[in-house]
Amino acid sequence: MLVSMSINGQAYSHDVEPRLLLVHYIRENAELHGTHWGCDTSNCGICVVLMDGEPIKSCTTLAAMADGHEITTVEGLPAADGTLDPIQQGFHEMHALQCGFCTPGMMVTGRWLIDKHPNPTQMTEHEIREAISGGLCRCTGYNNIIKAIRWAAAYEANAAGRR
Amino acid sequence: MAMQTPAPCDYSRATSVDDAIGQLQALGGNARILAGGHSLIPMMKLRLSNPGHLIDINPLEPELNYIRQQGNEIHIGAMTRHRNILESDLLARTFPHIFAEAEAVLADPVVRNRGTIGGSLCQSDPAEDLSGVVVALKGIAVVRGPDGERTIDMDEFHVGPYMTAVQSTEMLTEVRFPIQAGHGSAHEKVERRAGDFAIVAASAALSIQGGTIRSAGVACSAVGPTTMHIKRAEEMLIGKAPSEQLFAQAGEMAKADVEPSNDGRGPADYKRHVAGVLTTRALSRAAATALR
Repeated sequence: MLVSMSINGQAYSHDVEPRLLLVHYIRENAELHGTHWGCDTSNCGICVVLMDGEPIKSCTTLAAMADGHEITTVEGLPAADGTLDPIQQGFHEMHALQCGFCTPGMMVTGRWLIDKHPNPTQMTEHEIREAISGGLCRCTGYNNIIKAIRWAAAYEANAAGRR
Repeated sequence: MAMQTPAPCDYSRATSVDDAIGQLQALGGNARILAGGHSLIPMMKLRLSNPGHLIDINPLEPELNYIRQQGNEIHIGAMTRHRNILESDLLARTFPHIFAEAEAVLADPVVRNRGTIGGSLCQSDPAEDLSGVVVALKGIAVVRGPDGERTIDMDEFHVGPYMTAVQSTEMLTEVRFPIQAGHGSAHEKVERRAGDFAIVAASAALSIQGGTIRSAGVACSAVGPTTMHIKRAEEMLIGKAPSEQLFAQAGEMAKADVEPSNDGRGPADYKRHVAGVLTTRALSRAAATALR
């Protein structure tokens, strides 16, 4: 069947099997390897991408179900000139990754949390932990991921203040 | 390709509920309705479900995602996502606080963005949280088929593990809940880690008027072949004044009436004990809310 979607603002269209999972469509058809493929049971959150701005687990979504929708992957986070998104810079600054396997899902989820929060610099630790609870990280103990999300929120608030 | 990929199947989208039912009829029992997919797709990966055809009802979300009051009932559309239920002010006001408590511990926020109430009920997983809530609140399932609409009591809805009374040419469209004065409710869950299925969960709802329990709903999850409806405790509670002693007695009944099995989540006698404790706790908190 023909499946068409926008990924990071670019149009993709492929003839695929209906059983094809979105994560495989992104990695193999669109050839965007930033989205990782982990537990395959919707537990680990490594495959999280945004569909129409909301985080979803792409291993538990058929590519066909994303037909006509807008997908954002980790490759869609940086600015056009390659400047890292503040959430990416935050992971860099706060050493929020070691092996990097969970990182794309965590960064996309963190981006969504900051975007939807009415007052990102005032996010409670509980709110951040709850938001990323759909993802598993075996390296960081989560503390540095929480710091990275906070770093990004503070950076963006400062940048907005300077403008 | 990878091991965990569903078996080949066909796929189509529904344009309306009637269209979905028409497709189900035409495909003669070989098709399954696909909503959020967060139960069905994992089941297909494991080959526990092998539909030849999926009918995607996500295009029907505008028609089937709603939470509204109609007379003395709350109606929830089958495509209402877990997140919508968690965040609903109407549900928080009408049924404090069972929906929010159960949804907050059901999977994780990303899964709750996609999973639906209809999918939860039709999956009929005995360990699933929302089914216990629906049983405790005496929810009624509305099912539509080629011959029109019928309603199914929750006692008849869940036939067994992963089996419901919904026929192969029917689909669940709505769940209805009677509104009761003096309502208080609670959901208690013990799990191995955040977002996991329950080791045991208990859902309790009470209507207390003039210091007397007028109606009661008690259900336990993950301790039997389906969500366990603890009717004996409900009957015992009605007409009595709420007290800790009474709720401890109801907990003893739940402990006696559940049918847990030994598995990776724990031994049966442990689960039986926890079912009793959680039932008592849920009832105590439900009563405190009702009497506020």
